[in-house]
Amino acid sequence: MKFDTPATTNPIDRLKVVGKPVDRIDGPLKTTGTAPYAYERHDVAPDHAYGYVVGSSIAKGRIVAIDTSKARRAPGVLAVVTAQNAGKLGKGNFNTARLLGGPDIEHYHQAVAVVVAETFEQARSAAQLVHVDYARAKGTFDLASAKGSATKPKDGKPDTAVGDFDKAFAASAVTLDATYTTPDQSHAMMEPHATIAAWEGDRLTLWTANQMVDWSRGDVAKTLGIPKENVRLVSPYIGGGFGGKLFVRADAIMAALGARAAGRPVAVALQRPLMMNNTTHRPATIQRIRIGTSKEGKIDAIAHESWSGDLPGGGPETAVSQTRLLYAGPNRMTAMRLAVLDLPEGNAMRAPGEAPGMMALEIAIDEIAEKVGMDPVEFRVLNDTQVDPENPKRPFSQRRFVECMRTGAKKFGWERRAARPGSVREGRWLKGLGVASAFRNNLVMKSAARVRLERSGRLVVETDMTDIGTGSYTIIGQTAAEMLGLPLDRVDVRLGDSSFPVSAGSGGQWGGNSSTAGVYAACVKLREAIAQKLGVDANTAVFDGGDVVANDRRVPLTKAVAGGDIVAEDGMEYGDLDERYQQSTFGAHFVEVRVDAATGEIRIDRMLAVCAAGRILNPKSARSQVIGAMTMGVGAALMEELVVDKRLGFFVNHDLALYEVPVHADIPHQEVVFLDETDPISSPMKAKGVGELGICGVAAAVANAVYNATGVRVRDYPVTLDKFLDKLPPV
Amino acid sequence: MAPSNDWKFTRRDVLKMGAMSVTALAAPRLVAGGSESGLGATSKPVTAKVGMEVNGAQQALELDTRTTLLDALREHMHLTGTKKGCDHGQCGACTVIVDGRRINSCLTLAVMHEGAKVTTIEGLGRPGSLHPMQAAFVKHDGYQCGYCTPGQICSAVAVLDEIKADIPSHVTGDLTAKASFSRTEVRERMSGNICRCGAYSNIHDAIEEVAGGAA
Amino acid sequence: MRPFTYERAESPQAAAAAAAKTPNARFIAGGTNLLDLMKIDIEQPAHLIDVNGLDLARIEGTDDGGVRIGALVRNTDLAADARIRRDYPLLSRALLAGASGQLRNKATTAGNLLQRTRCPYFYDTNQACNKRLPGSGCAALGGFSRSHAVVGGSKACIAVHPSDMAVAMRALDATVETVKPDGSVRRIPIADFHTLPGNTPHIENVLTKGELITAVTLPKPIGGHQLYHKVRDRASYAFALVSVALVVQANGSGRVALGGVAHKPWRVEAADAELPKGAKAVAARLLAGAQTTDDNAFKLTLVERTLAATLAEAKERTA
Repeated sequence: MKFDTPATTNPIDRLKVVGKPVDRIDGPLKTTGTAPYAYERHDVAPDHAYGYVVGSSIAKGRIVAIDTSKARRAPGVLAVVTAQNAGKLGKGNFNTARLLGGPDIEHYHQAVAVVVAETFEQARSAAQLVHVDYARAKGTFDLASAKGSATKPKDGKPDTAVGDFDKAFAASAVTLDATYTTPDQSHAMMEPHATIAAWEGDRLTLWTANQMVDWSRGDVAKTLGIPKENVRLVSPYIGGGFGGKLFVRADAIMAALGARAAGRPVAVALQRPLMMNNTTHRPATIQRIRIGTSKEGKIDAIAHESWSGDLPGGGPETAVSQTRLLYAGPNRMTAMRLAVLDLPEGNAMRAPGEAPGMMALEIAIDEIAEKVGMDPVEFRVLNDTQVDPENPKRPFSQRRFVECMRTGAKKFGWERRAARPGSVREGRWLKGLGVASAFRNNLVMKSAARVRLERSGRLVVETDMTDIGTGSYTIIGQTAAEMLGLPLDRVDVRLGDSSFPVSAGSGGQWGGNSSTAGVYAACVKLREAIAQKLGVDANTAVFDGGDVVANDRRVPLTKAVAGGDIVAEDGMEYGDLDERYQQSTFGAHFVEVRVDAATGEIRIDRMLAVCAAGRILNPKSARSQVIGAMTMGVGAALMEELVVDKRLGFFVNHDLALYEVPVHADIPHQEVVFLDETDPISSPMKAKGVGELGICGVAAAVANAVYNATGVRVRDYPVTLDKFLDKLPPV
Repeated sequence: MAPSNDWKFTRRDVLKMGAMSVTALAAPRLVAGGSESGLGATSKPVTAKVGMEVNGAQQALELDTRTTLLDALREHMHLTGTKKGCDHGQCGACTVIVDGRRINSCLTLAVMHEGAKVTTIEGLGRPGSLHPMQAAFVKHDGYQCGYCTPGQICSAVAVLDEIKADIPSHVTGDLTAKASFSRTEVRERMSGNICRCGAYSNIHDAIEEVAGGAA
Repeated sequence: MRPFTYERAESPQAAAAAAAKTPNARFIAGGTNLLDLMKIDIEQPAHLIDVNGLDLARIEGTDDGGVRIGALVRNTDLAADARIRRDYPLLSRALLAGASGQLRNKATTAGNLLQRTRCPYFYDTNQACNKRLPGSGCAALGGFSRSHAVVGGSKACIAVHPSDMAVAMRALDATVETVKPDGSVRRIPIADFHTLPGNTPHIENVLTKGELITAVTLPKPIGGHQLYHKVRDRASYAFALVSVALVVQANGSGRVALGGVAHKPWRVEAADAELPKGAKAVAARLLAGAQTTDDNAFKLTLVERTLAATLAEAKERTA
């Protein structure tokens, strides 16, 4: 099915199941520990052995010699695989660095060996006996000093310009020219990258934790040099991803190689202290933002430049992208430059581009509003645009940004904010309020599904879509139930298996809308088949309450399958609506903080997000996506930083004790408001993404609240007390 | 004792130190090689018998002494509801209740629990017969990916017991008064269970509901 | 983790004797730090002596009006003990500021004293660390050192001791009781228990081979307002950037100790006398001869400001 004209009324609009805040259908499994994650498949691989990965101890250079003889002789060891005996390996389309290093080493903790043994304890112990001699090469590890050597990235649109920024900026009544930095960040999902691999002849099955089943099936095949058809990926439950499990990682390849060498299924989980340097991370940025306005606060000129680094062949963090679309202004430019760094591979993490971009832009907006002498909510409202500012003929499909701001300001009690920073004190606490816009583009991706109405009357949905905590099981079930007029409890949803039709997968906040649109397409086909069986017109028949209603007659669905199951398979593809209209999601974040006037400790008291993101398919799970994103935004604001050792070229704080993410005590009660909205230009679901919108802007709202509380502006994330302690008032 | 002041960093020292560590790094793993004597990395595993009661059922195991309680549960008893998030006591996903107390099962050896009574998430409730805390997590959407969830629930159940048992916390105002329930107390006491999906606010709602019902 | 044999100790003295005669033996109680380090091959015992069955888990009064805390008293039980809460609230507060509920349920009094540093270079076996491998160098010097020592460090090591409990015990003049393999007992003032790194950062305390901690005793309660202020980036479950343990009497005299600044709980008795003069004077004494890096220089300001705030809070309570 192709979606190339805006949606009109369709069966989803009945909203009997879709749009309801139903409990997740996988809830009872997750809360009882019975949902099987990748490393827990004793049911399918009962005799598996255990692999333990050895990571490189240098950041860049070569393996001079590798001696595995001691490890191979260790008790219980079945195999040791290194680049020397792994056979020829390719590299996946989505990988920048190779997943098995040697002889060349591209980054710290790059896998150099996997030790396979009968037990986990034996594998771990023997891994310590793998002896590797390295020759270190000089590397480049510091973005700030490599900034000068950064070049224009090959792909994408590194430079954009409209009007004459320089001239307009020079002539502006009020100007801001400020530089911000965001650090490298780690996904730090709770489930480590994990895989069980089993070979049957030349066919490989991987029970793994992966967000994008089909991409990764292809990359596994490419890496191992086997046909894609010979690879099966199964990924029904994923313990968090946030972009870190978009791609094939070392756990999958090491498990596959280990299983081949050992002649047994092998389970590999990356040990936590290895994860942060072995896998991908959100790259650090340096961002320069210049804004020029009239005396009244209208933006005349806006420029956003960003520098980031990656391994050779990698890409930039696209931190300027939102600045092309978020605010009006006739003269504008953006630029991205990419430095070559020999740190671990940079790649997508929740809202890549916008998340770090908004961290900088939304402080800049707070700063320029203050310079103009305007309330930052009013400044944002004044500079709203209903069209693509680079191409005014191109409208937004929906843009209720101003309503988000106004609704949030009212609900949060924004009028109580003191315009003068550092002026509200309660006992030992300095108090402050902060606001930021939320913005993230809406992407749509081709997605397919198979639906089967069984003789029992149950409806089974199969698609290789994944649920990484996003609620896919439930919204897919709701979609199918709505389409067939069934209660949700008559739908079984099966996900994450490459033997199912190829879906959009989970990434870029496209998963919810795109995968349900694919299920919609399959259900349309199933409705036709059912109607045909019952001899009614599919276009006028109403599927309701387990019946098909047509020609004033009600026929139970089960009648259509009396002779056997009916199966339908289809997918949704998209035309050029995303070119004709700019599709984005919008919101506003409000935060109240208190800062200890003596120690600078920051605590968050209140958080509110107002979101306009199309139809909300399940307000309960969508709300969870947003509060989770707000929580990750708090981490970005206040604590998260992979610290680079600039001499040795690695992330030093590579475990969950030293890379701090928010804990319960950091997070107050969080409120989320969804504006009642449908976007018929997005898909027949009229939904958009929301899981990444929720993080965009949060960190800046926190940083702006800290400024409002203390009067000290911190432009380098995370906002930790050591960066402003000496500017606080005397105790 | 007076503070030691017998040294000073010079820029040269730091550079020298930096250089020294860089050089040292070219060598393989920097650990204290062999033991004085006794067992080493190439020695055969030592096994030991251990018996414990897990979720009401008696378990008799013979395990490599190195097996953690977590791995004994997951790999030997196939009770995979208890999760391995970090294996280093930094995340709380492995939380189980042993002899009435919540602990990180990754940082304790199975052989140290002879005769212990262990309750895991599977022992609290099953799909179709959920423990009130499990039901409250479902109702309040107190999870997303689900990986930290069993640990959160085991912890939440234990937290309510700890408050009843008058165990204070970092945020308890008056140490001489009896510990009592509040949302602030819940947030502090649950802080050993990281949820990267960020379901905290909903988890607090779930715990509050169960606490209210129990009071 | 290397293979190890395992035994359950029958008595403190038998445990000590076994530890002395068995090559490469270690005691295990809570295990929360030892197993953590064994998994990454930093600790490599060939034999574990499980002391959990020993009768060392009681908290009882002493003849001089103080209290004797068994080595195996869990952090949770110590913090929750009615007598400790009433008479030594500083100790309860420090314990509750540390780790998580799960860890406190397992971690013991003795084990907490013996915690090893959380320096990231110590924890990474690819990196030079004189504490882990004497003579290999210190990668923290010139590296990431935000959490590191500002006083009492050396060119060989700038790690900090991570315990909160020990900081309170230092302020309360605790004494560590041990039994040696020959059955003799000794009492070590906590001031002398932990060592500074000097040229031997791998030595962290004065325990001798096989010597087992059996208890920690506290002198009779000293009253006053007792406050423990731990400063950290996240609100819980994190090690201190800096912590201040403070006892202030009605007349303004008192005691102060610091965490997060040195290789051991940091107390300079001469600083106590400066308390009536205020935070600046106290901090100057405590931090005399401080050596900082670019990353951790803020700790000097933070100590002074935290002290000032904690003193103000004590004053408020007196008023």
